[in-house]
Amino acid sequence: MTNLIDGSEVSLRKFLSNLPPVDQIGAESRAATLATRSIKNESKNWAIDLAIRMVDLTTLEGADTPGKVKALAAKAVRPDPTDPSVPSVGAICVYNDMVKVARTALDENGGKNIPVAAVATAFPSGRASMEVKIQDTKDAIANGASEIDMVIDRGAFLSGHLGEVFDEIRTIKDLCGEKAHLKVILETGELVTLDNVRKASYLAMLAGGDFIKTSTGKVAPAATAPVVYVMLEAVRDFYALTGTKIGVKPAGGIRTTKDAIKQLVLVNEVAGPQWLDPSLFRIGASALLNDLLMQRMKMRDGYYPSPNYVTLD
Amino acid sequence: MNNFEYAPAPESTAIVDIKSEYGLFINGKFVAPKSGKRFETINPATQEVLAKVAYANESDVNLAVSAARNAFTKTWSKMPAAERGKYLFRIARILQERAREFAVLETLDNGKPIRESRDTDIPLAAAHFFYHAGWADKLEHAGVGNNPKPYGVAGQIIPWNFPMLMLAWKIAPALATGNTVVLKPAETTPLTALLFAEVCQQADLPAGVVNIVTGDGTTGSFIVNHPGIDKIAFTGSTGVGKAIAKAVAGTKKSVTLELGGKAANIVYEDAPIDEAVEGIVNGIFFNQGHVCCAGSRLLVQENIQDELIEKLKRRMSLIRVGNPLDKNTDLGAINSASQLARIKEIADSGDLEGAQRWSPACNLPTKGFWYPPTIFTGVSQSHRVAKEEIFGPVLSVLTFRTPAEAIEKANNTQYGLSAGVWTDKGSKILWTAQRLRAGVIWANTFNKFDPTSPFGGYKESGWGREGGRHGLAGYLKAGN
Amino acid sequence: MRIDVMKTYKLFINGQFPRSESGRVYEITDSKGKFLANPAHGSRKDLRDSVVAARAAQPAWSKATAYNRGQILYRVAEIMEGRSEQFIAELIAQEGLNPSAAKKQVEQAIDTWVWYAGWTDKISAISGSTNPVAGPYYNFTIPEALGVVAVFADGKPSLLNLVNGLAPVIASGNSAILLAHEKYPLSAITLSEVLATSDLPAGVINIITGKTAELVSWTGSHMDIDGIDASGLSSKQLREVKELGSENLKRIHSFDSKRSPLRITSFMESKTVWHPVGI
Repeated sequence: MTNLIDGSEVSLRKFLSNLPPVDQIGAESRAATLATRSIKNESKNWAIDLAIRMVDLTTLEGADTPGKVKALAAKAVRPDPTDPSVPSVGAICVYNDMVKVARTALDENGGKNIPVAAVATAFPSGRASMEVKIQDTKDAIANGASEIDMVIDRGAFLSGHLGEVFDEIRTIKDLCGEKAHLKVILETGELVTLDNVRKASYLAMLAGGDFIKTSTGKVAPAATAPVVYVMLEAVRDFYALTGTKIGVKPAGGIRTTKDAIKQLVLVNEVAGPQWLDPSLFRIGASALLNDLLMQRMKMRDGYYPSPNYVTLD
Repeated sequence: MNNFEYAPAPESTAIVDIKSEYGLFINGKFVAPKSGKRFETINPATQEVLAKVAYANESDVNLAVSAARNAFTKTWSKMPAAERGKYLFRIARILQERAREFAVLETLDNGKPIRESRDTDIPLAAAHFFYHAGWADKLEHAGVGNNPKPYGVAGQIIPWNFPMLMLAWKIAPALATGNTVVLKPAETTPLTALLFAEVCQQADLPAGVVNIVTGDGTTGSFIVNHPGIDKIAFTGSTGVGKAIAKAVAGTKKSVTLELGGKAANIVYEDAPIDEAVEGIVNGIFFNQGHVCCAGSRLLVQENIQDELIEKLKRRMSLIRVGNPLDKNTDLGAINSASQLARIKEIADSGDLEGAQRWSPACNLPTKGFWYPPTIFTGVSQSHRVAKEEIFGPVLSVLTFRTPAEAIEKANNTQYGLSAGVWTDKGSKILWTAQRLRAGVIWANTFNKFDPTSPFGGYKESGWGREGGRHGLAGYLKAGN
Repeated sequence: MRIDVMKTYKLFINGQFPRSESGRVYEITDSKGKFLANPAHGSRKDLRDSVVAARAAQPAWSKATAYNRGQILYRVAEIMEGRSEQFIAELIAQEGLNPSAAKKQVEQAIDTWVWYAGWTDKISAISGSTNPVAGPYYNFTIPEALGVVAVFADGKPSLLNLVNGLAPVIASGNSAILLAHEKYPLSAITLSEVLATSDLPAGVINIITGKTAELVSWTGSHMDIDGIDASGLSSKQLREVKELGSENLKRIHSFDSKRSPLRITSFMESKTVWHPVGI
C-alpha cells in the first residue's frame, strides 16, 4: 500500500488521475449483458441463501424507535419463524443511538454472531465538523457496533480536496482500530460519473477502508449495475496490486431477489468467486429480505406464496 | 461454499414447429422442387438432422425468376409506393410478434447462442424492415435523383453467419425501392428464410414479390447468370465475390458485394482499458467469430501489451462455451464441419509459424462442431493468422509503437471492411478514423449495427453499402 | 328503438381527459345546424397546464431513439385504423361529406400519419451533414428538436389538416399542443383517445378545444412555447401571433396542406460541432 502513494496530496492526486478512464457506454453495456444471466434451480437456491446471509438488514429512519429496532433484530436472527433452515442475515444496520438496543436485542434472540453496523460521520450528508464525526464514531463503537458505515465528504471530493477526504477516512479508520471494520460510503449518485466512482473507490481503499459501499440509500440513483461493476473492478485490481482484498456493499434500490442475484452474478464474473462471501460482499436492504424469503418458498414448494406468509416487522 | 455454477437454463424449443421437409417458396406458395432432390440441414451443436429442404436446380431457378419478373411487371412496379411501404411495415410487425420463434429456430439451425439471436439478430432484422418500410414513398430523397427507378428483379445470395439478419439486409431495401426478389439462403442455414416465407404469406404480400430458393453454390450460380436478373446482391467469401464480378462483366447487371475482412482493432495506451477488453472479446468472439467485420487482429500499443493481454486472458476464461440454447452460453457451435476444418487449418499454421497460442480450459461437448476461444500472441504481419480470414474465434495479437505505425499495419491488407479504435482522446479517434481505409470504423465500441448506419467495405471487402440512405443506391437507378 | 349513449368531449392534457378548469363548454352543430356536441371551452389556465405537461414530457421524448418514436407513431396509425368508422362518422356530421368522401379523407389521414412515422429515423440523413471545413477539424451539423410547439389546425379537410400539423412536429422529438379548429374539433378529440391508448408518453401531445381568437392571444404570448404552426389562422390572426411571439422569438410558420419533410425540419434547430483531428 505504501508504495503506491507517499502520503502527500500531490502523490495521491497523481495516482488517482493516472487510473485508466472508464467508458460509460461500454461499462453499462457489459453490466447489462451480465444482467441477462439466467440463474435457475440449484444455483438459484444457493444464490438465495447466500444473498440472505449477505443482507445488512437496515432501518435508518428518523422515526426509528427501540420497538422497531427490536423487531428488526428478531427478524435478522430468524427471518422465517416457520422455517429454521433459513440462515440469519449478515448484519443489522442502524443509527448510532440505536446500537445498544440492537446489540442487546440480537444477543437476547440468539444472534450473538450477528454484528451491528452503525452509520456514522454525520450520515447521510456528511456535512458536519470533524469533531462531530469523530464523536459520532466513538459513540457507535462504545455502544457495541463492530462495523462502521461512514460517508465521505462529497463536497470535498467534488471540489478537488482529495487529501481532506483521504485524511477523514484515515482518522475514522484509526478510531475503528481492531474493534470495528470500516465501510466507506461513496454516495455514487452524487459522484455521477463512473470515472469518479473509480477514483473514489481507490481513494477509499488507499485510505484504509475495509469495504467500499455505494450509497446511503437516501439518494437516487444508488447501487446501479454499472456502478457496482466499476467498484468490483476496483477491488479486483487493487488485490492484484497489493494483495489485499477489500469488500463491496451495494445499498439502495435492491428490492427483489432478481436484483440481488444480478448483483451476485456481477461479483462472480467481475471480482471473482472469492468475493462470494459475507466477509467481502454485503447488500444493504430492508424490503429485499421478504422477497428473498418468498422466492425461497416458491423454490421449496413449487408455487408462488403471498406476502401474508412473511413477517412485516 | 463459493460455488456459483450456473445450472443449465435452456430456452424451450416448443415454440418452433419444424416440418420434416420443405419445398421452395415460389410465387407465394411452397412447391416441390423440379429437381426432385432434397438435402438435410442439421443442428451444428448436436449434429441432429432438423429437416430436409428442397434443392433448386436450373428449372427451379427459372420458375422463381419468372415469378419475380411477373410480380414486378404486373403488380409491384404499378403499386403506389406508400402501399409497398405498408407491406413492409406489416412484415416488420409480424417479425416482432414472432421474434422468439425466429430466435430459437436461428439458434437451432446456425449454432449461435440464443442470447445473441434473441437480443441482436432478430430485433435488428425487424428494425431493418421497419426502417426501410418508411423509405418506400420517400425515394426522391434517396440521393439518386428525384425520380429514381428500381432495377427490376434482384437475385440475392446470403451467407450462413447471420441468416435472418442478412435476409433482412437484402430483402428490405430491395422491396422498399420497388424491386422483386429471388433469394437463396445458405446451404447450412435455410430454416429462418423458409419461416420468413410464411411471414410474407401472413402479411398478404403479393405472390412472386419474394421468392426463396434453397440450394447450394450451383443454385447460386444459376441465379447470378440468369438473364432475367437485373441486380445481384451477394454477401459471402471474397473468392466467390470475385467470381461473380467476373461472371457479370459484359452484362447490364448491377452488383453489390459484401465480402471478407481482417479488421484491425487498435488499442492505444490511453484507452479505457477494461472496456477495450470487452470490445476485443466482443470483436472476435461474438457469433463465434463468424463475422466478416470481426476484429480479428488486435493491434495493441506495445507499452500496454502485458497488462492488456493479462486482462484479456482473465476475461476469456469467463467465456461459457456450450449448448447454444442455454441462455447463459456466450460462445456457441461452429456452423459446419467444413468451417471447423478451415479454422483448425489456419490456426494450426499459427503454431507452425512460431506464434504463441492460448485458450482457457474449456469442456467442449463431444457431439457437434466446437472450437475454444483462442488467441495467438507474438504474431507478425507475415503470419497466415494475420493475413487470412479465419472466420472463427481466433484472435491474432500484434503490437505497434506509434499511431502512424498502427495505421500502416491496419491498412496493410487487401481487405477494408471494418476497424476498431480504442483511446480516450477524441482528436486521436478522428485522426485515426480519417486514415483507416475501412468502410466501418468503431471507436470505443465494436460490432454495432443499425439500419440507419451504412455498412460495407473498401478494397476487396466489396462493393457498395447496406443500410442508411447510402444503402438504397444499390437498388435504384436514376429515372428521368 | 335503441337510444345511443351520447359522447362527452373533453380536453386531453398530460395523458388525461379533464374538463376545462373554467367549467365552460361551447356548442357545435353539424353541417345541417342540428346540435352535435358541447366540446370544452378551453381557458388560459388549461393552455398553461398543457404547456407545463408538454415541457415536462419533451426531454425524454427527444431522447428516445428515432426508431422508438417511429414505432410509437406507427402504433398510433394502427389504432387510428381501428377507429376509422368513428372518424368517418364525425367527418360526415361536421363537414357534411358523403360517406365515400369521408372514408377517403380518413384513409388519407392515416396514410399521412404513417408517412411521417417513417421520417423519424431519416430526417438527419437529409438535413444533417458533415462539413468539409478548411482546416484539421471534424465538423458536423445535426438537427435537433426545438421544444414545445403549438399547432393551430386548419379547417376542411379537418382530419387531414390536423394530421399534417401534428405528426411532423412530434416526429422529431418536439412535444405539442394542438389547438383544435373551433368549428371542427371532434376529430381532434377522437384522435386524443387514440393517442392515449397507443404508447405515446403522457404530455407529448395535448389537445385543447375552444375559441380560436382567445387561444391565439394566449398562445402567442406564452413565453414557454418555442414554436407555432399557424396554418389554421387567418392573416389577421397570423399577424397577431407573430407580434406577440416576437417577445421570445417563437419560430412561427404556416404551410399549405401538402405533406412535406419541411414541416418536420421547420420545427428543428441545427447544431454544428467542431473537433480537432490530431494525435
